[in-house]
Amino acid sequence: MFPLREDFLRVLPELVFCAGGTLLMFLQPFVRSRQAFSSLALLASAAATLSAGFAALTPGTAFGGLIRADGFSFFFHLLIGLVVFLVVLGSSSYLERERLAPAEFYALVLFAAAGMGVLASAQELLTAFIGLEMSSISSYILAGYRRDAIKSSESAMKYFLLGSFATAFFLYGIALVYGKTGTTVLTQMGSADVSDTVLKLGLALILVGLGFKVAAAPFQVWTPDVYEGAPTPVTALFSAGPKAAAFALLLRIFVMVPAATQLWFWAFWLLAVLTMFTGNLGALVQSNVKRMLAYSSIAHAGYLLVAFAARSEIGVAAILFYLLAYALAKLGAFTVVGHLGGGGEKHLDLEDYAGLAQRQPFAAAALSVFLLSLLGLPVTAGFFGKFYIFKAALHSHLIWLAVLMGLNSVIGAYYYLRLIVVMYMREPREEAACAPFPAAVSMVLTICVLGTLYFGLFPNHVISFALSPGLFGR
Amino acid sequence: MAGGHLLTILTFLPALGALGLLLLRGEDQEWIRRLALAVSVAEFGLSLLLIPAVPLGSAGYHLEEFRAWIASPPIHYHLGVDGISLFLVILTTFLTPISILASWKSIQHRVKEFFVMLLLLEVGVVGVFLSLDLFLFFLFWEVMLLPMYFLIGIWGHERRIYAAVKFVLYTMAGSILMLVGIVWLYTITGTFDLPAIQKMLQAGLVVLSPRAELLLFAAFFLAFAIKVPLFPLHTWLPDAHVEAPTAGSVILAGVLLKMGTYGMIRFCLPLFPDASRRAAPLVAALAIIGIIYGALVALVQPNLKKLVAYSSVSHLGFVVLGIFAFNTISMQGAVYQMLNHGISTGALFLLVGMLYDRRHTFEIAEYGGLATPMPRLAAFFLFAALSSLGLPLLNGFVGEYLILLGTYQRHWNWAVWAALGVILSACYLLWSYQRVFFGEVTHGKNRELPDASAREKWILAAMAVVILWMGIGSPMFTQRFAASCQNVLDQMQRNQAQEAAAPPAPGISNAPVAASVPGAPHISVERLGNR
Repeated sequence: MFPLREDFLRVLPELVFCAGGTLLMFLQPFVRSRQAFSSLALLASAAATLSAGFAALTPGTAFGGLIRADGFSFFFHLLIGLVVFLVVLGSSSYLERERLAPAEFYALVLFAAAGMGVLASAQELLTAFIGLEMSSISSYILAGYRRDAIKSSESAMKYFLLGSFATAFFLYGIALVYGKTGTTVLTQMGSADVSDTVLKLGLALILVGLGFKVAAAPFQVWTPDVYEGAPTPVTALFSAGPKAAAFALLLRIFVMVPAATQLWFWAFWLLAVLTMFTGNLGALVQSNVKRMLAYSSIAHAGYLLVAFAARSEIGVAAILFYLLAYALAKLGAFTVVGHLGGGGEKHLDLEDYAGLAQRQPFAAAALSVFLLSLLGLPVTAGFFGKFYIFKAALHSHLIWLAVLMGLNSVIGAYYYLRLIVVMYMREPREEAACAPFPAAVSMVLTICVLGTLYFGLFPNHVISFALSPGLFGR
Repeated sequence: MAGGHLLTILTFLPALGALGLLLLRGEDQEWIRRLALAVSVAEFGLSLLLIPAVPLGSAGYHLEEFRAWIASPPIHYHLGVDGISLFLVILTTFLTPISILASWKSIQHRVKEFFVMLLLLEVGVVGVFLSLDLFLFFLFWEVMLLPMYFLIGIWGHERRIYAAVKFVLYTMAGSILMLVGIVWLYTITGTFDLPAIQKMLQAGLVVLSPRAELLLFAAFFLAFAIKVPLFPLHTWLPDAHVEAPTAGSVILAGVLLKMGTYGMIRFCLPLFPDASRRAAPLVAALAIIGIIYGALVALVQPNLKKLVAYSSVSHLGFVVLGIFAFNTISMQGAVYQMLNHGISTGALFLLVGMLYDRRHTFEIAEYGGLATPMPRLAAFFLFAALSSLGLPLLNGFVGEYLILLGTYQRHWNWAVWAALGVILSACYLLWSYQRVFFGEVTHGKNRELPDASAREKWILAAMAVVILWMGIGSPMFTQRFAASCQNVLDQMQRNQAQEAAAPPAPGISNAPVAASVPGAPHISVERLGNR
């Protein structure tokens, strides 16, 4: 069957991402100007974000049921588009400082984004696998993009080895599920027999594979090293993009396959508790800011898993909102860290932030907003994110899970506040000459701060969209 | 409705002032101070407009503002004032200009940020007292943490960072559980609106199982008990007080602690009456331990500021005892004592701060014989100390007397133990006063200390006037919140009446209906004797 016009419209964002990436690779030998590459990449990500609107205007399945364009995929395309746009905007000065080639970098980011887009709209497991591979392989290269830095290479190596292992789990899981149900299309698995051991095993393996991608404990061991070693704009991308996409796929499987919903409940419960504690306790003892943020993103994966354990529409909506709030805060935080790191990313220690409020008031204020959002204080988006997760958990009578999450928030408060203490309550050690923030970076921070505050005051639109019954196009 | 948006204006005027301060240049320190003072004085003036808005003898909420804010879940911007919150708001708006004046000279470093934080703190505290939506309440409750954190952490003394982090972590641990409780209550009732939830509970539309009620009560109570602070959750308080700058201590002792006791009156009792009753003996025991323990620790403190801090633990124990005696008189005493403590302890912290400005130490041993170089300051200190220890004719007496009287009517043994605290407070306050102000000047440095400046005299005179006024004219205050206090107790009783219709829940003490005489504070002493 030849694909129809609608089919292409429904994958338009991915097409635009790929076209942008290909064009960048093609132009690389001919163009010298860094400016041109970053402009092109910005244009591509903006166009892809817009084209998500076109895809949403023609909802339905494409390519014989492999892809589905609906409100859910629309949300994730917007989120991924925003993340990529901000990462591209914030990384041009970084690339220049570290003397890294821009064209390939942007191309890889765009390819990774295309993969994430596929993950968000896949309705069939093999298509999802392709999306996962697209985003993962680009990510492996991006993690090692600072070739002369040993940490960056270590990061890429670890990510690649453990990542391929996880992908294998995922693929094996698909094979088992297919062997049992005879299909890889999610909608057709609805009537699968839950008690079957092969199916159980298959679903468990899929969970393990995706658990790795979202950095859920006990599959999180790679996260701190990879996040720390990767170039900071890439870390920003990792923490916001692929994680959101993997959660999107997990959600889709969760919503469409009732067997999974029943089987995974206790798995999610346990994963959530383990992940929260691992992340928060790990972050407590870090003195490297980048590493601390890496552990904190493990903790946040744990909070999101709490919403999964709630198994309800409110839980789904909470996850969508949380991912948005989290992406804004983490992107902003990593952007500040990337800039303050200085040449070769040397200044990542907590002590390097001493007295930042007096040296760079804007950066300190912005970073504080992001940290407070991650901590979940009111008037930031992170607060509503936590609030909706609490609501989902309590709605499903998961009182102890909610209490454990509350305790974890308090542990989290300690290390987020510690950074704020250092920035605001210590005197600068020496006049650490820190370059002023370039306009593009300041713009990224402004967007993230305004977004965090806006959604912290008016979460209405996003949450009512996420709660709308037509989210999954049914 | 007359004065349609008074409460909104009252809540957000300081925020506007803070915004205005941000626009000023950091070097214009004089203008920054003046603007902050002007805003806070205007706020105080506005808050006085609340008094005529709350008619005598009315128990309900007034000047209510109700607007939808978030559609799902339904969260409303719902403000209102009743007799109990009325004076707490005025106390806040009164103490803020006082603390701005008190930090006029002593804050020289990052002046702009300091006053911005002070005004933002006022937003949070006023918001807490006026919110009638649980969610909104929680929002203000959390928002107020940050300014206080920065006030202690940036402008505090040597161990300020430790104290600031301890303060935030303690409070957050409680408040996160309260958030869980609030959301849980929402999943049961379907609304965050406090009056609506109260109506549902009273009409029996929603029945909480005893276990759920106890857990919910615990979630709320823990957050409030940490804030009060109730023994054994008080350990953050001495650190926070000692390390905070004077203005921070005044606001912290004056109003922040009251948020805890206010929360107990506003939420714990009316929403979870049975659980409150079941927990009452335990809570009262902790309150009495707090009264005596706080007083004993204050007695042996070599550090003057810590002494005042521990006296807060002791005094707030009285308030909690008064609340959990479930008696109109003791309840009124508790509300009155909340105001008294804000004024008296606020005054003591101001005076300790003034001593610190001169000598940069809180050690009692460093002082001695100060009445010779600074007779005026000594006189004011004595006045504040007498008010704090409950001398008749001064404000502290009325509150403690009402609490003890009311408690005695219900549980005489509680009152007897608590009365020990009154004696001890006289001991530690007078003894420390003697060591600081009487005798010979033992340290050479103290000989030439300047007496109170004009600014300090005005601040202290204002406090002294209020102390005296509240001591003599107590009915002017109590009659305005008597009905609201009675209302809280009525809500508890009504719930119990319903329980009585249903099979009685086990383990609930059968509380007799409290003697509810209108204008109860005028109850005579004979009545006490008759029992």
